[in-house]
Amino acid sequence: MKRYILKRLGYAAISLILLSLTIFLFVRLTGDPTVLLVEPGASQADIEAIRHQFGLDQPLWVQYGHFVSSLVRGDLGHSFYYRTPVLELYLSRLPSSLLLATAAMAFSLLIGIPTGIMAAVRVNRWWDSAGKVFALLGLSVPSFAVGLLMILFFSVYLGWLPSSGSGSVAHVIMPAFALGWYFAAAHMRLTRSSMLDVLGSEYVKLARLKGLPEALVIAKHAFKNALIPVLTLAGINLVIMVNVAVVVETVFAWPGIGRLLYEGVSFRDFPVVQATVILNGAMVVIVSLLVDILYAVIDPRIRFTR
Amino acid sequence: MNGSRSAALTVAWRFASLASFRTEGFPTIPVIILGVLIFLAVFANVLAPHDPEVGNLGERFRPPFWQQGGSEKFPLGTDHLGRDVLSRLIFGARVSIVVGFTAVIFAGVLGTGLGILSGFLGGWVDQIIMRVTDAWLALPALTFAIFLAAVIGPSAMNIVIILGLVYWTRYARVIRGEVLSLKERDFVRLAIVAGCSKRTIMKRHILPNVLNSAIVLGTLMLGVVVVTEAALSFLGVGVPPPQPAWGLMLADGKKGLMAGYWWLTVLPCGCIVLMVLSANLLGDWLRVKLDPQLRQL
Repeated sequence: MKRYILKRLGYAAISLILLSLTIFLFVRLTGDPTVLLVEPGASQADIEAIRHQFGLDQPLWVQYGHFVSSLVRGDLGHSFYYRTPVLELYLSRLPSSLLLATAAMAFSLLIGIPTGIMAAVRVNRWWDSAGKVFALLGLSVPSFAVGLLMILFFSVYLGWLPSSGSGSVAHVIMPAFALGWYFAAAHMRLTRSSMLDVLGSEYVKLARLKGLPEALVIAKHAFKNALIPVLTLAGINLVIMVNVAVVVETVFAWPGIGRLLYEGVSFRDFPVVQATVILNGAMVVIVSLLVDILYAVIDPRIRFTR
Repeated sequence: MNGSRSAALTVAWRFASLASFRTEGFPTIPVIILGVLIFLAVFANVLAPHDPEVGNLGERFRPPFWQQGGSEKFPLGTDHLGRDVLSRLIFGARVSIVVGFTAVIFAGVLGTGLGILSGFLGGWVDQIIMRVTDAWLALPALTFAIFLAAVIGPSAMNIVIILGLVYWTRYARVIRGEVLSLKERDFVRLAIVAGCSKRTIMKRHILPNVLNSAIVLGTLMLGVVVVTEAALSFLGVGVPPPQPAWGLMLADGKKGLMAGYWWLTVLPCGCIVLMVLSANLLGDWLRVKLDPQLRQL
């Protein structure tokens, strides 16, 4: 167990190093980074000062050292637009993002798990086919399309829900649905296949042979075990949601991290873009590390078979 | 080696790549839709009734012809600059098809090449390639693509490069796995005994045998790539205006959304959905047809 955790820690560290290296190199190698780091309209003297301040006249590996050490100190630069440290901005937007992701996750699990179980219990019946269509649409209709069409229908035509902004429960409904639909389809598919897997196992057969009612077999014996992979995936998907929400947040003007990234891109506020990508990437790496360790604790097969 | 991979990501990846819709029989309708889109893309200059990039402000926000105020001149209406929506949709198909296919091929060549090298050579080459693959797989694709687009700058060509750089990992993983099992097969062993160079073996014996999987993956990736391109264009870091990309049309259409100009949103959305849906259905059918190994997963 200890060995497994150490190994995963090591790989997470490698991922983080590669992440920082990739971002560092892309900024340096695709042109003059001063163009990105200097505010638009800066004078030549300012450019020289910035070049010196960031050590851009030094060899690459020295620059990388500086880059990483300032990252570790939590210094991610200043936003050109907001005139505040980027880290502060990021942290102030994080709660909104997490709220949206949590709502979307709740929605996707509430839809995905029951429909997935139904589809597994009634394989190849009409319910299963309906589930397939739902999954196909969920995985094929992009979130911005869902969002825009919902605005058109529920805000413009029916006037039921606000089309943008945040602050009330009504504001969360459409963004959460647009973001969560894809994941509802994903969770449904996984619940179905995981449930089918469990239903074919020996202990479920035994429970049936004992003469337990089918409802009890499904609810008590199969359901719990079938849920493990779904919840594991959901853990990682929560962070993925924070990331892919950039589109939905832009559609609904939701004040989260995705919106921050969008603003960074449209205001040419490069420090914001760079910091958001680094922090989001780090978040994914760290959460998948935690989920993996948790998974190994719950399911001994993971730590012994590898 | 396998243990190095995040267990949860394995679940996620296995699922994401193999989200099966299990279609029965040949997907006639999806193939027709893709065929029509390719036809539109190729003959866009002949088929489009107007110039997609030039509008007439006097004709702005005209609805489709069947609605009051619409005219036969602009069958599907006009946008906020008075540009013909039908012409923009037709030329938008060209952008989506060209960007989609080239990005899928670029990612496929890169990923398949690295997957073969990694699987066949093994050792430190394998270690390095797979570490990089895992780290890149862990990066959130859309955020990473936005970052690259912000650094490199927007253009259709750059989008292809960015999508290729973001999505090659999907191929590398699967292809490497296949190469590992191919390596143990008799015909490869015989080639080694016969003294073939590693290069010849990879080119003559390994590559043809992983090509099917690469094609299946490519078709399934087409939908992902088209959606990502549309999302990037929608966010303003994809295909630059005034080029007619579907994602860009949606970004423009949002301006007229609250006023009820539905055709500016619904029509581009419909095109994107039709294309992605068709690509997914075709990919799924191809998988079952071409790749008996993937079928069981």
